[in-house]
Amino acid sequence: MSKENSKVSPSGGDLEGAIGKQEFNITVYTENQIGLLNRIAIIFTRRKINIDSLNTSPSEIESIHRFNIVITESEDVVRKLCRQIEKQVEVLKVYYHTNQDVIWQEMALYKVSTDVIAEKVSVERLLRENGARAVVIRKDYTVFETTGHREETDNLIAILQPYGLIEFVRSARVAIIKDSDGFNSKLREFERLEPGEDVIENEYLNKGDKVFTM
Amino acid sequence: METQTIGKQEVNEVEAVAAKSFEEVSGSVALLEALIVEGVDTIFGYPGGAIMPIYDALYDYHEKLTHILVRHEQGGIHAGQGYARTSGKVGVVFATSGPGATNLVTGLADAQIDSTPLVCITGQVFAHLLGTDAFQETDVINITTPVTKWNYQVTDANEIPEVLAKAFYIAKTGRPGPVLIDITKNAQIQKFKYKGYTPCNHIRSYRPKPIVRPQYIQQAADLINQAKKPFIIWGQGVILGSAEAEFKAFVEKSGIPAAWTILGAGAIPTNHPLNVGMLGMHGNYGPNVLTNECDVLIAIGMRFDDRVTGRLDKYARQAKVIHLDIDPAEIDKNVKTTVPVWGDCKETLPLLTELVEQKVLTEWHNLFKDYTQKEVDAVIQKELNPETGEMTMGEVVKILNDITDGEAVIVTDVGQHQMVACRYAKLNKTRSNVTSGGLGTMGFALPAAIGAKYGTPDREVVAIIGDGGFQMTCQELGTIMQNNVDVKIIILNNRFLGMVRQWQELFNERRYSFVDIESPDFVALAAAYRIPGKRVDEREELATSLKHMLATKGPYLLEVMVTKENNVFPMVPQGCSVSEIRLK
Repeated sequence: MSKENSKVSPSGGDLEGAIGKQEFNITVYTENQIGLLNRIAIIFTRRKINIDSLNTSPSEIESIHRFNIVITESEDVVRKLCRQIEKQVEVLKVYYHTNQDVIWQEMALYKVSTDVIAEKVSVERLLRENGARAVVIRKDYTVFETTGHREETDNLIAILQPYGLIEFVRSARVAIIKDSDGFNSKLREFERLEPGEDVIENEYLNKGDKVFTM
Repeated sequence: METQTIGKQEVNEVEAVAAKSFEEVSGSVALLEALIVEGVDTIFGYPGGAIMPIYDALYDYHEKLTHILVRHEQGGIHAGQGYARTSGKVGVVFATSGPGATNLVTGLADAQIDSTPLVCITGQVFAHLLGTDAFQETDVINITTPVTKWNYQVTDANEIPEVLAKAFYIAKTGRPGPVLIDITKNAQIQKFKYKGYTPCNHIRSYRPKPIVRPQYIQQAADLINQAKKPFIIWGQGVILGSAEAEFKAFVEKSGIPAAWTILGAGAIPTNHPLNVGMLGMHGNYGPNVLTNECDVLIAIGMRFDDRVTGRLDKYARQAKVIHLDIDPAEIDKNVKTTVPVWGDCKETLPLLTELVEQKVLTEWHNLFKDYTQKEVDAVIQKELNPETGEMTMGEVVKILNDITDGEAVIVTDVGQHQMVACRYAKLNKTRSNVTSGGLGTMGFALPAAIGAKYGTPDREVVAIIGDGGFQMTCQELGTIMQNNVDVKIIILNNRFLGMVRQWQELFNERRYSFVDIESPDFVALAAAYRIPGKRVDEREELATSLKHMLATKGPYLLEVMVTKENNVFPMVPQGCSVSEIRLK
């Protein structure tokens, strides 16, 4: 588990565990294995921690999956959770980041009645102002799509609600780590019998002076 | 190959070998072949519908693989644990689907929390029946996920060699743990082209050993060398890593007093001059109190369990903490570490030993001695040498020590007798202490003793069990009878669920709620299983009875009637700091 340039201060004492909850984005690289989702999920549920958002899909590397998990917790808790996740046999690497350290998006779909929307709303303006697009337009209904942060997708719900929003769905969060060289090069290290520094487990002492004092 | 050119005959041989190695075998045969290559000699198991093809194959392997038919799958897995704990090898357990598999869960949880290497094989319904609520179908993979290091469902025989290789590799490397492989019946029957078995030595997503980083070893050594009152606390990691010699060398060179967690007992002998005793809730007085006075705490292969630390925010706050552990998730989990030393302590300890200075810490050691004397005066003397009144658990253990001279393997169950046995048992050798530490599984000892004996057939195995715990798995007397397993069973009968009673006495105003337990005539019960036994009511008979038991060939059950309402002291009450340990 690594923390790459997280902007939160390193945990200094036990007190900090109780305070300073914020959203953390946990990125997990794993083998593609049946049951692994459960194995990861129970690390949270065992501690009665709610998962705000969970996305899993194949990564850019064949056979390796990437999880994006969002939880609201203190950094101390997140660090321990990440170590437990990384301990799982089929997990390659875990990172955690604050929202400032990632670029993230959620996608949402909105189904509305075509009649109502065409009659009462300036669709063109609505689409432009909300960065949305029409995915499907049928006689009976229309589906819009927008992508953005939670506030943005929420905003369009509020706008469409008065016009008979029929159905709404939002995806889990996907997040890209701002300061990351990607996983391609690291994977090669994992495939070696004797790994290099890149795959050192639970590296948190890369700024060791913060922890070690004589 | 030495010859440059291959003669025709040699080619034929190569082809023959190739053809042979591609012979068609069933998944069941491939499984048993895998066990043999992995060096398995003993399996503890119980057959049933969904694992019948494996048992059918086992019929032809009885000369290579000893199968012990247990009386309950929980007994089977505890036996597997006992075997693993004394032998250092992977315990192997067979069970059928459904109830067979669910009966393993307690043992899996026990093995998971106590880092015991196991490979459990469960039968499963045919793959096409998965999810249909078929007869004896349970979702074993999901049930066991939280209590296994790894688990996997095999639905195709072709997977078996590779999956078994992974299973053994994962179970025994790094921080060991239980692995469960669920094999559907069709995969057990299915014939496939068997290409032989190759043990696994690398899984790309699995790093059993963290990289050893010299800079932290140097930092740790610097801290130790500057310390005035350093204190070593060690756990089972030393034993699991087979690092007893390396550990002894470190302790002896540094001259630092060392105390053990319950599972670390015996890694260095009980009477080693630098061994200052047991940690934790019912540990020794000095080690607990002085945890809060040391300046550098060196934790080796232990995980700061709450029964060891007591109240965490008052635990060793004054000390710099050096933590040696193979599991990176343990670093900073409960106690903040000043210097983490990741790695296998068999590798890290010698590096550290080289850097530490030889020291004589007389004053510091004298402090431990003072506390020991206080504990002897307040607790130990009257526990081990009562001259009047009813027998105590401690005096039984003391006489046992005198007779075995610390050479026996001591298997204990859970409760007061466990604390007494672990506190007072003399252990000369490593892998002599088999107990359920983390999970506290009553019913562990009897089956674990069976496994412990198979794990180390040449050693005396003595199970010390309470009257409550014994009744949880006493069906395993049947296993002992059928296989004439040479285990000596001591039941310390206080006619109470003693530990809970002790807590009710101390913290619930003696409101004894359902701790009064009646027992059958244990000696008659043993006799029903054709196991000789004796009940001891009087102190005068105790020593001779223990001697007689140990002189008896084969199994023996000795029931000792001990005082009813004795309490185990010292005690760190729950929620208190280790320095608030009570002597009464």
